[in-house]
Amino acid sequence: MAHLLELQGITQKYGRGDRRFTAVDNVNLAIDEGEFVALLGPSGCGKSTLLRIITGLNQPAEGQVLYEGQPLRGVNPHATIVFQTFALFPWLTVQQNVEVALKARGIPPSLRTVRAIDLLDMVGLDGFETAFPRELSGGMRQKVGFARAMAVEPELLCLDEAFSALDVLSAESLRGELLELWMSGSIPTKAILMVTHNIEEAVFMADRVIVMDKQPGRIVADRAIDLPHPRQRKDPRFLEVLDRVYATLAGQTQPEHIELGAAPGEAGVTRALPFVSIGELSGLLEFLDEMPNDRTDVYRLEQELNLGTDPVLQLTEAAELLGFATIAKGDITLTSLGETFAEASILARKEIFATRIRRLPTIKWLLAMLKAADKGRLDRDVVRLALELEFSPEDAARQVEIAIQWGRYAELLAYDDSTETLYQETAVSVPA
Amino acid sequence: MSFFAGIFKVQQPAQRTFGWADVVVIALVILLIYTGVRLSFGAPATVTGPSISLKPEVLPYYAIRSVGRMAAAYVLSLLFALVYGRAAAYHRRAEQVLMPLLDVLQSVPILSFLPVVLLGLSTVLPQAIAVELAAIVLIFTSQVWNLVFVWYQSLTTIPGELNEASTIFRFNTWLRFRAVELPFAAIGLIWNSMMSWAGGWFFLMAAEIFTVGDRDFRLLGLGAYLHEAASQEDYGAIAGGIAALVLVIVLLDQFVWRPLLAWSNRFTLEMVEDDNPPTSWFYALLQRAHISRWLDHHLRQALLNGVDALLVRPAAARPAPAEERARRPWALYALLVLVGTVVLYGLEQAGEMLVQVPAAQWSEIATGLAATLARVLIALLVALAWTIPVGVLIGTNARAATVLQPLVQIAASIPATALFPVLLLVLLDLPGGLNLAAVLLMLMGTQWYLLFNIIAGAAAIPEDLKFTSRLLKLSRRERWRTLILPALFPYIITGAITASGGAWNASVVAEYFQLGGQAHQVTGVGALIAAATASGDFHLLLAATLGMILTVVLINRLFWRRLYRRAEEQFRME
Repeated sequence: MAHLLELQGITQKYGRGDRRFTAVDNVNLAIDEGEFVALLGPSGCGKSTLLRIITGLNQPAEGQVLYEGQPLRGVNPHATIVFQTFALFPWLTVQQNVEVALKARGIPPSLRTVRAIDLLDMVGLDGFETAFPRELSGGMRQKVGFARAMAVEPELLCLDEAFSALDVLSAESLRGELLELWMSGSIPTKAILMVTHNIEEAVFMADRVIVMDKQPGRIVADRAIDLPHPRQRKDPRFLEVLDRVYATLAGQTQPEHIELGAAPGEAGVTRALPFVSIGELSGLLEFLDEMPNDRTDVYRLEQELNLGTDPVLQLTEAAELLGFATIAKGDITLTSLGETFAEASILARKEIFATRIRRLPTIKWLLAMLKAADKGRLDRDVVRLALELEFSPEDAARQVEIAIQWGRYAELLAYDDSTETLYQETAVSVPA
Repeated sequence: MSFFAGIFKVQQPAQRTFGWADVVVIALVILLIYTGVRLSFGAPATVTGPSISLKPEVLPYYAIRSVGRMAAAYVLSLLFALVYGRAAAYHRRAEQVLMPLLDVLQSVPILSFLPVVLLGLSTVLPQAIAVELAAIVLIFTSQVWNLVFVWYQSLTTIPGELNEASTIFRFNTWLRFRAVELPFAAIGLIWNSMMSWAGGWFFLMAAEIFTVGDRDFRLLGLGAYLHEAASQEDYGAIAGGIAALVLVIVLLDQFVWRPLLAWSNRFTLEMVEDDNPPTSWFYALLQRAHISRWLDHHLRQALLNGVDALLVRPAAARPAPAEERARRPWALYALLVLVGTVVLYGLEQAGEMLVQVPAAQWSEIATGLAATLARVLIALLVALAWTIPVGVLIGTNARAATVLQPLVQIAASIPATALFPVLLLVLLDLPGGLNLAAVLLMLMGTQWYLLFNIIAGAAAIPEDLKFTSRLLKLSRRERWRTLILPALFPYIITGAITASGGAWNASVVAEYFQLGGQAHQVTGVGALIAAATASGDFHLLLAATLGMILTVVLINRLFWRRLYRRAEEQFRME
């Protein structure tokens, strides 16, 4: 029998000419009836792009989507999405928001009303039919989002970071309610596809976790989660699975030439600078310095540092890239250099930081460009445009921002915001 | 300050220097004016106006005539805006032509078109219809651009997830229009409709009282009433006419715009409740009344359901989108060649006509342009001198705002063109009176844009900066220099762009005026256009109109636009 959903060689590219970059690269994937699949990965790995291709909102550049064995054309009428930002129409009442989805399917008014009220009852919103979304809390708004999605009786229910904009308690109770609906079979949904960057959420809910990585967006792991429901977060087996998924996602320390990547414009992949501020990085290193053995589980950092999964991953990546920490088997350990940094004075920190980032091909390349430039000045836009050969325009802008921030802190370069110009910092001599 | 925040939603389009699209657009504008002038050759040498009664009992009828013209032009504007904006927002090809076109058209001084439109239309149509239509066209051109712009802007800024939701739930074009696009744009459309009406009054009055030489293009309406009253120096009638005009404007405000605003508050995208939403006693009354609720339920909703049922078909029945139709490029090319030929021929004819304009007249046009430019600048400086202190006072002082704001709103809503005949009556006997009157008319028409912008800017100065400047014990002078003026700068520029546009516009009616059968004029390009219309010198009419349009567009592009970009980049606090 055909799979419910099958992706064959899906590739998505943005931009054109030299600026063309690959958002999703040759993704193959099959989802069967009865599966609850989580699509996990850092931001920019193309998981939301993939969701939009699966539902037919976007067309892939290459490859095709099969739904029940048939190639998909246009929007998939059997799929629906619950959005991160709810995507409710603020000018419609709760009930109208649900009804409008039915209206679009040409269902007559009398039937619409009955069904909308039933669904709102089911998600526990009876009594709020005439309220406007702005009168509701985030959790209740998302319940409307779910009711609207259920109204069209989707076979494939897609959740696009559906819980990430909610407060902790609302998210938790909504997760429980969705699991209950799904496990009890009281909804006609055949499969659920959940896009998330929250690893714990994925392990808590899904039967199968698909891990994606970025540059280019691709699938790097596909593992079944065979823990029985209801799952307990403190359960050692749960923690073990969590640790393993984190290990896949946070990667292992690699040989230096792979770790650092190539300079922009050279052959080989240019490694993106992690989007991390100096303050956050210092915070992480100081935290690790206070842990026994300078070591902790990566997944614990989220709670301890009060950050989301994505920032934590960016932070650990930065710490590792700069040689301040090593990551292995889901643990992060401070190196002696990292320890020195954490305990150093401000000036000493700057010096350590400067020597570390000078190794990075992107920084090296930038400093060389500055040196060669007329009067040692460079327009910010020039750097950005040069980086757009390697990155998407959005990422290129971020890379410039990070490079400036890091370079300023390390006193390797100066920057004038009003003219948007980078200067060579003359006080520090750049070793050849 | 939601009133002021809402009014200035319309932004200047992104900075561009001249591109090929501008060349095409300017060619089209030249062609348009040439066509009008060409048609004008056949216009009757004398046009008899209607006889205008000054009896007070005609006022309601005249008022209805005026409002009717406005309404007709507004409905046209709205329909045009919905179609044009949607085409520009959803078709990339169309956008590349439509947006530059919009950009040039909105900076063209519309009143300079008035003589051409009037003469052209009165050649091809019966007299009564021609004048009526010319007024409507003129009001239309004054109302439509900001509506197009705000609609286009709304369509292109609908949040991505709302668009995706309406796609994934398979809304068809109608449902998308009614449930997503129109509600999302509603507030912007309503605010801009109010602005359009305010601007429209200005042009309606100008159109109603246009007389040059033996051509009397007046129309029955409040503007003509005031003009006639001033001609006959009937002060009682003048007072009555102004009272009627103010009454009409206040009634429209209370019974149309305020209720609409109060109602439209539901369309905010804000997910928090507004602290002081716009209110309207009339709207509150309607909401409480049984009859209106009954009507709403049985008529409006039933009607909408009926339309929905008709226009929303079950989407499942729809086949997959068909492959793009095979193009037939030759048909397109043939059309392009045809249009190109017509345009080139027109341009060539226009060029020939311009060549025949003697050098003396060209230098007259240049002098006129310089004189009008000087008047525009003076009006702008005078306006700045009083609007900055008053605007800052209203914008930063809640108590002053409650007293002054309603006054300012009413004062601003009276079209300057309606008061102009009266003003002229007073100033005519003074030395340099007509010059003074011309500057005053420009001032009256434009100062409000500046004032409202400055109020909005002053209200937007963040509280913490005000506190800081107080904590630092900055002197009054330093505070103005380091905080208030830089914070106001973008708003002043935005206001000044609109104001100077308005001032140029007013020059055609401000520099040449007929009162009591006698013509008064000063040196200026507006006077040249009017005088050319009076004497039937069509070559001069074409040359002067083009000269004025090109000057204004150039000043906009080379001066205002750059300043605006600087202001946006350096001083915007949002």
